[in-house]
Amino acid sequence: MTRQATTPNQDLLRGIWRENPVLIQLLGLCPALAVTNSVANSVAMSAATMFVLLGSSFLVSLLKRFVPGEVRISTYVLIIATFVTLADMTLEALVPTIHKALGAFVGLIVVNCIILARQEAFASRRPVGRAMLDALGTGAGFTIAMLMMGTIREVLGNGTLLGYQVFGAAFEPWVVFALPPGGFLTLGFILLFLSWIQRRRAEQARVREWPEGVGERRAA
Amino acid sequence: MGDLVWIFTSAMLVNNFTLTLFLGLCPFMGVSARVSTALRLGAADTFVLVLASLAAWFLNTFILEHAPYLRLISFIIVIASLVQIVEMVIKKVSPALFRELGIYLPLITTNCAILGLAIFQTNRGYGLAQGLFFAVGAGAGLTLALVLMASIRETTELASVPALAKGMALVLIIAGSLSLAFMGFAGLGAG
Repeated sequence: MTRQATTPNQDLLRGIWRENPVLIQLLGLCPALAVTNSVANSVAMSAATMFVLLGSSFLVSLLKRFVPGEVRISTYVLIIATFVTLADMTLEALVPTIHKALGAFVGLIVVNCIILARQEAFASRRPVGRAMLDALGTGAGFTIAMLMMGTIREVLGNGTLLGYQVFGAAFEPWVVFALPPGGFLTLGFILLFLSWIQRRRAEQARVREWPEGVGERRAA
Repeated sequence: MGDLVWIFTSAMLVNNFTLTLFLGLCPFMGVSARVSTALRLGAADTFVLVLASLAAWFLNTFILEHAPYLRLISFIIVIASLVQIVEMVIKKVSPALFRELGIYLPLITTNCAILGLAIFQTNRGYGLAQGLFFAVGAGAGLTLALVLMASIRETTELASVPALAKGMALVLIIAGSLSLAFMGFAGLGAG
């Protein structure tokens, strides 16, 4: 964690794009690849993860004075597991079909490294309000990545968006995108696209900095 | 017996933990640059998977019947302490093996494959023998995926890869192709 103080705004916004947990830090790949074969599943998974992040960041930040350093990781894992159990039961009660589609992956939120990383790096050493902002930002970043994956995979793999037909009846769905290989390929291509944008931006910045002839004039 | 063989094959090939269920991706992406390391990690993983399967069976049979809502919490505690104990025992009994596996053992605790195995085993209601075959199959599958990936990555180091694709994008696209290849096993056992 950086030592300089951050503003509340930075705490909130950082996780959404600049330090996006999935697309930039490549954490939490397991849910991002496994359950994003439809938008509905992605939404349910993101909501559950957001809930666990907010809940555990709140508790960890609140209890930071009482948790001995030696057992802090185990304590965080226990707190996270408690909230995951709550999320699991809530999903089962509210949306049983989606809960069934997500299967074991709801339970596996416990070992989602995004959540543990935020506790260790941020919530355990900041006040409650800041920890909640950070959790909100990180959760939003995770949701954005999940929705990107879910939308691409459902539209291409199934020809639908949230269950509604997007293309005409003549569209032959690319089934592979709804299957496991599609998860790897979609994320791979998203990363390629992002690094292409980044390179283009860097090139444009260079061109703006040194318009033609400026170098010589400065030297002269 | 046929049932057990089928559980093993299914866990290893048809529902390969890494390539079709996306479990244990962190080591798959991070540690799979060398074949020798991949093999060692695979062996350590298999060992812990078997122990976790035993532990999950014990918990399910004797304790969790009375408090099913404690499932996740107790699994994660038991797995974490199990790995810790195994580490200590190996250190005492065979320092050579400890040096070989040392760094990988603690990493395995946070490996979602282990918790995933415990949850799948519970959801499917496997007994002791079924659980063990499932764990060994899953471990063999993980090792296979790790070694395949490491071999491909060793080769791509010498290939000319477009600068844009270097790093994670390349690894993900290779994993996609491997996963595609494993889809070929999907029909196995259905007929």
